[in-house]
Amino acid sequence: MEKSPELEIKKGYYDRYGWLVWALIILVVYGWALKGLKLSGIQASAGSVSKSILAGIFHPDWAYVYNGSGEDLVSLILQTLAIAFLGTIISAFISVPFAFWAARGGHEKWRLRSGSGKLVLTLIRTFPEIVLAIMFIKAVGPGSYAGVLAVSVHSVGMLGKLFSEAIENMDNGAEEAIVSVGGNASQVFMLATLPTIMPEFISYTLYRFEIAVRSATILGMVGAGGIGTPMLFAIQTRNWPRVGIILLGIVIMVLMIDSLSGQLRKKLV
Amino acid sequence: MDITTKMPHQSWGQKYHIKTLSLVLLTVGLVLLSAQVSGVDLAMFFTNIDQFTNLLVRMSHPDWAYVTIIWQPILETLQMAIIGTTIGTLFAVPFAFLAASNIVKNSWLHGLVRFFLDLVRTLPDLLLAAIFVAVFGIGSTAGVVTLAIFSFGMISKLFYEVIETIDDGPIEAMESVGANKLQVVHMAVLPQVLNPFISYFLYTLEINVRASTVLGYLGAGGIGVYLQRSLNEFDYSQTAAIIIMTLVVVLVINVLSDYLRERLV
Repeated sequence: MEKSPELEIKKGYYDRYGWLVWALIILVVYGWALKGLKLSGIQASAGSVSKSILAGIFHPDWAYVYNGSGEDLVSLILQTLAIAFLGTIISAFISVPFAFWAARGGHEKWRLRSGSGKLVLTLIRTFPEIVLAIMFIKAVGPGSYAGVLAVSVHSVGMLGKLFSEAIENMDNGAEEAIVSVGGNASQVFMLATLPTIMPEFISYTLYRFEIAVRSATILGMVGAGGIGTPMLFAIQTRNWPRVGIILLGIVIMVLMIDSLSGQLRKKLV
Repeated sequence: MDITTKMPHQSWGQKYHIKTLSLVLLTVGLVLLSAQVSGVDLAMFFTNIDQFTNLLVRMSHPDWAYVTIIWQPILETLQMAIIGTTIGTLFAVPFAFLAASNIVKNSWLHGLVRFFLDLVRTLPDLLLAAIFVAVFGIGSTAGVVTLAIFSFGMISKLFYEVIETIDDGPIEAMESVGANKLQVVHMAVLPQVLNPFISYFLYTLEINVRASTVLGYLGAGGIGVYLQRSLNEFDYSQTAAIIIMTLVVVLVINVLSDYLRERLV
């Protein structure tokens, strides 16, 4: 079958050869990454170590689950949850003013304000959480308290961003209704802004709590309380049955929190 | 009839906001309990605040000469993130297709695959790093494997959600003109999923660049090794230089990836 010439779509040089440029860029990036990486090779004991890790995971140290000393798995998992919960609640309160700072309003002249707010939130988000934890350990000593402070500060970066987006996308109908019947600013906030925005704020806070639970498990690795400290200790002393039971505990805790928070969030929206 | 003055009927529970009040009380109770468990002591923070401000003051004078030393490990961190994310993605693609309910009709099978992916996603990156340092030894191999597994869990979920939302129209159109399976995938499925795949890949790469900067803290290669050294030696001006440099790299990667992702959509 002959192609009818008018059906051919004219392609510019970019459309025809643009992919070649991209392919070249990708090749160069991967060449650079592979060449620069000093993959040390796998150490000789890797096989036997992974075998003992697997053996440990399948024969966990059940005696560690609960022994009433306060240093057992259940107590430390609860401590980890406490760090994540308290840190997230505190950061939710800190995030509200940041969110109003970073949210873009209707007026163009406020670009500078919302832009600066967004930049500050990005900086907070990028500051490594474990460095924050180490800094707070200097102030309040090692333990859960430092972990709570680290989660409280670090979470503001993400919660502030999510909250500010919720404010930007908010339906203004309720606010306008209160204004039109003569409500003052505080009445507008209490009766319109807050009820409109609250479900989304709570939903995002629950979502952030899920993430905080994961970070609280690793904060202990730098000494900021929770299950991370005994986990790192067990890995370093090659106590694989202990590692196995802690991994099991973390997996069950995270799965439970995720499903609980997921159900709550579904009810909210 | 004065309908206007009549208020809608509220039950006793609604009138006094019983549900909200009890939820607030529950939250306050949990907060107090958590504060007790984690030993929060507001006074202690303020009595030791001078130590904290002292640390901040020392961090506010970054050691700029140190930048020339840490430049190389920062690039190594980037390379770790690129290779790790790519390996994770390669493994994630087949699992994403297996977990998508419109590809694998057997709900038992895709349910099982999803549960496996959920399990992988429960493990935080630093915890994986600690384990892989024990397996592979100190160095960037442990970091690459950690990032590969971490991105495998994330990418496979994002990808199967993309696959589940594709439009059946183009597939039916191709089949109706007699295309074979390979042609259907090439002409109808791939064009629909390729752009979101690349976009999510870049998004995961962003997250991994951020994550990879701390992996070295436990010995898994990259700039984190230097971060740990400077913190252990209480050389906070070096710590500050490292943090600022990683901030710059992360921001550049974010801007680059945002730009590419916007072009894709």
